[in-house]
Amino acid sequence: MKAKKIFTYAFVALMCLALVVGCSPKAPAPDATKAADVIKIGGNFELTGGVAEFGKKGEMGAKLAIKEANAKGGILGKKIEYVGADNKSEASESTLATTKLVTQDKVVGIIGPMTSTNTLAAVQVLNDNKVPLITPTGTNATVTVKADGTLNKWMFRACFIDPFQGEVAANFAIDQLKSTKASIIIDQKSDYAKGLAASFKETFEKAGKQVISTEQYVAGQDKDFRSILTNIKAKNPDVIFVPGYYGEVGLIVKQARDLGMKMAMLGGDGWGDDKLLDIAGKDSLNNTFYVDHVASDDPALAAFAASFKAEYNQDINSFAVLGYDAAKMMIAAIEKAGSTDTAKIQAALETMSGFKGVSGESTIDPKTHNPKKSASIIKFVDGKKVFAARVNPK
Amino acid sequence: MKLFNLKNALILAALIAVYAIVQMTAVAGTLSPFYLMTLVLVCVYIILSVSLNLITGYTGQLAIGHAGFMSIGAYASAFIVVKMQGSLISGLLFGALIAAIAGIIIGVPTLRLRGDYLAIATLGMGEIVRIILLNTDYLGGATGFSVPKSVDWTWAFWIMVVSVVIIRNFINSSHGRACISVRENEIAAEAMGINTTKYKVMAFTIGAMFAGLAGGLYANYMYIIQPMSFSFLKSFDILAMVVLGGLGSITGSIIGAGLMTILSAYLANFPEMRMVIIAVLLILLMIFRPNGIMGNKEFKLNFLISKKER
Amino acid sequence: MGSAGDLILQQLINGISLGSIYALIALGYTMVYGIIQLINFAHGDVMMVGAYIGWFCTTVLKFSFLPALIVAMFLSAVLGVIIERIAYKPLRNATRLAALITAIGMSFFLEYGGMLIVTPQTRTFPSVFPQTVYTFGNVAFKYGDIVIVITTVILMLLLQFIVKYTKTGKAMRAVSYDKDAANLMGINVNNTISATFALGSALAAAAGVLIGVYFNTIDPLMGIMPGLKAFIAAVLGGIGIIPGAMLGGLAMGLIESIVSGIGYSTWRDAAAFIILIVVLLIKPNGLLGKNIREKV
Repeated sequence: MKAKKIFTYAFVALMCLALVVGCSPKAPAPDATKAADVIKIGGNFELTGGVAEFGKKGEMGAKLAIKEANAKGGILGKKIEYVGADNKSEASESTLATTKLVTQDKVVGIIGPMTSTNTLAAVQVLNDNKVPLITPTGTNATVTVKADGTLNKWMFRACFIDPFQGEVAANFAIDQLKSTKASIIIDQKSDYAKGLAASFKETFEKAGKQVISTEQYVAGQDKDFRSILTNIKAKNPDVIFVPGYYGEVGLIVKQARDLGMKMAMLGGDGWGDDKLLDIAGKDSLNNTFYVDHVASDDPALAAFAASFKAEYNQDINSFAVLGYDAAKMMIAAIEKAGSTDTAKIQAALETMSGFKGVSGESTIDPKTHNPKKSASIIKFVDGKKVFAARVNPK
Repeated sequence: MKLFNLKNALILAALIAVYAIVQMTAVAGTLSPFYLMTLVLVCVYIILSVSLNLITGYTGQLAIGHAGFMSIGAYASAFIVVKMQGSLISGLLFGALIAAIAGIIIGVPTLRLRGDYLAIATLGMGEIVRIILLNTDYLGGATGFSVPKSVDWTWAFWIMVVSVVIIRNFINSSHGRACISVRENEIAAEAMGINTTKYKVMAFTIGAMFAGLAGGLYANYMYIIQPMSFSFLKSFDILAMVVLGGLGSITGSIIGAGLMTILSAYLANFPEMRMVIIAVLLILLMIFRPNGIMGNKEFKLNFLISKKER
Repeated sequence: MGSAGDLILQQLINGISLGSIYALIALGYTMVYGIIQLINFAHGDVMMVGAYIGWFCTTVLKFSFLPALIVAMFLSAVLGVIIERIAYKPLRNATRLAALITAIGMSFFLEYGGMLIVTPQTRTFPSVFPQTVYTFGNVAFKYGDIVIVITTVILMLLLQFIVKYTKTGKAMRAVSYDKDAANLMGINVNNTISATFALGSALAAAAGVLIGVYFNTIDPLMGIMPGLKAFIAAVLGGIGIIPGAMLGGLAMGLIESIVSGIGYSTWRDAAAFIILIVVLLIKPNGLLGKNIREKV
């Protein structure tokens, strides 16, 4: 009896000790000695959880950019060290991951997260600690500019924002496809899809056309879209706008065609993955269009695709491209700032112009921190991506 | 048993010491904000696991919907603080109140169910709450609801202490003993004249209330809350903390919550391996200590004081 | 275009083919629960593993549908037995909650271990069926729909036969009725429980391969939602009862289709849970469950 008691106390004491020991010494040690010879860039990505696929691709892109920069001798005469953190595809974990990267690892800048919600969760931490972040695909407008119009000083992005893409898609539907009646299928979980859908609807209806129905699904949970497609079929629109990601979009396109729905389908840059072709099949994808960053035969893109394949033996998609561009933008900013001082990096990012990434040339608008870049419309013809139109930002 | 005996004084002194050490190192900057954040989360999870222990460990009702009550508290308090411009304390109290009301509404019909059926019904309730929040654009919908950070270590620590003391006192009261009798044998308890339904609902409501309180703390600390954070997986996490620490042991729940949260923070350096390691440890711990770390025993300071005083 | 009748008929077809998959997964839940009263939360993830084995067989080894299905079922059965022997058997006499937590841990292990090994990217199945679409007026269904329903029915009949007429099946029923008495009658309880896990896991793998083939995509987290829904289906039908799982699965599929069909697709999971809770409150042992009085 007594021995058992002693064991319990010893066990608890040990754990308390572990707690105390674990909490104290680790923190201060590394920055003093190591900071001198490396520049640390953090990555806060969705490595596990619901959208791990996106985060993983984004991280691969970012890591590749850093590897390439190191191969060229690094920046400011120093090597770059990448420090990764997982946000489990969850907002609160993103706050934690950001806090860890900023306060523990003392990174000078952060790449990621891929979704707007997880990016928004990092805003406050970065404002408090004055470290810049570039999100590859956090497209929601409030990531950089708060709802009340104030700028989030430390937040940047590598992608175009939702309203622009939705507008481009709507104008394309009106001018090129001559549509008058559209249906929209939205991923309820993604503010990206919601943002695109809202601006599509606004532009489309402003032109006197009609959005006749809106259906929703939950990405990651639903694989069967026949029920909502059956509803849309009954309404018979002449175009369906599907601003989701390729996984669900592929299934939606395929199941729609299987149900005998032959109308045009249209989407955003979330379509940009060759998996789409595998999932939907080349016949189903005829008469579909999507907004992408650059034309698929762009030489920079082809070169990136080749080196990505060589590094990871995987195909690129828009997440990989934008993850890569975000990291490159950060590296360029550090170089331009000529220092690892986060305030100087922030200033360099704010005034960045003519930055050449794989996803095209972009200039950061200092008022909104959004990059100005043009969009391309890609059309599927028997499984081939064909350039259809280029749209420049206003 | 006096209120101010040596034992209670010692516990109070220890609590003040823990609070002061963390507070001072945090202010001085030796404790990194990441660990401070982890410690605040430990406090939140302690409230959650102790309150779930009241329902599952002491009253014997298997509920897997705790994240649902947590989310109700989180959103209700965020609603008061953000939309109504209320104070933090009113937000927290409102969150706890709404969660308690939800506890009664959900508890009265479902607590007629037993065992696994209750588990699945509460799981369903938690998911329904989440889906409702997901569809409520007024509260941010899927994108999430931004809440300014107003909770700090002081708030989290002392609210945790008060919550644990209240739950402990409830368990040691005659009501608490009635709850334990329901766990041990519901039919026998009923035969002894105990209104089992009343005590089940009572324990469920109190548990829900504290889960709501913890949700309020969480919402006002984490900058942003989103329905995804309160899925049934979160309920599993809380349940795992309770079972890991030991069903029917408050100190066990505290240890379980602390261990799981700190472990997760530790493993942040191995992002891809983190969940696999946690899963393996969970399985191993259950196989080798199926009754949890503490079993149903409490960690006591009795050895410090003389026999007479006990 | 489509009349209301066609619309309803189409939604029914959608619901039945989805429901068949739920039913297959639900069977495994129900059998395991019936025999050791454990909610095997790792079951949905066994389905995921089955889907990956099927994917490996069809893409890398170039198997056709049937051999891939059989290999996936066999290997998953082995996996099920291993999981049972390592994780659940030591806990057979522990509290049920400890076993439940172990099951949850096992589920995480399979999900995140899977993510580590096969990476989180979505994989696409090659089209192993002809992609023929049959249309009658405005109602359309695919060759795959027929395969799903037929495979489910065949497996269901096979299971009924095994449970009713074979020695192992009889042993299973005896063990689920009274473990100690069965042991005294000379039944090897451990082997019987392992056999139950093997059967249940094989059915889950079949469901996994069918999902993969039909919907074309698989990923490491694909088991969570179907697993949860199948579990609800099992409870809905009356947990521990084999025809109940079938009924519950079909009911779940139809509920989802109908709720989406009337335009509330975002509420369909909530609707499934609400119906579950209502059924439990009215008939606490599920639709086909018998009411057992508790003895003191």
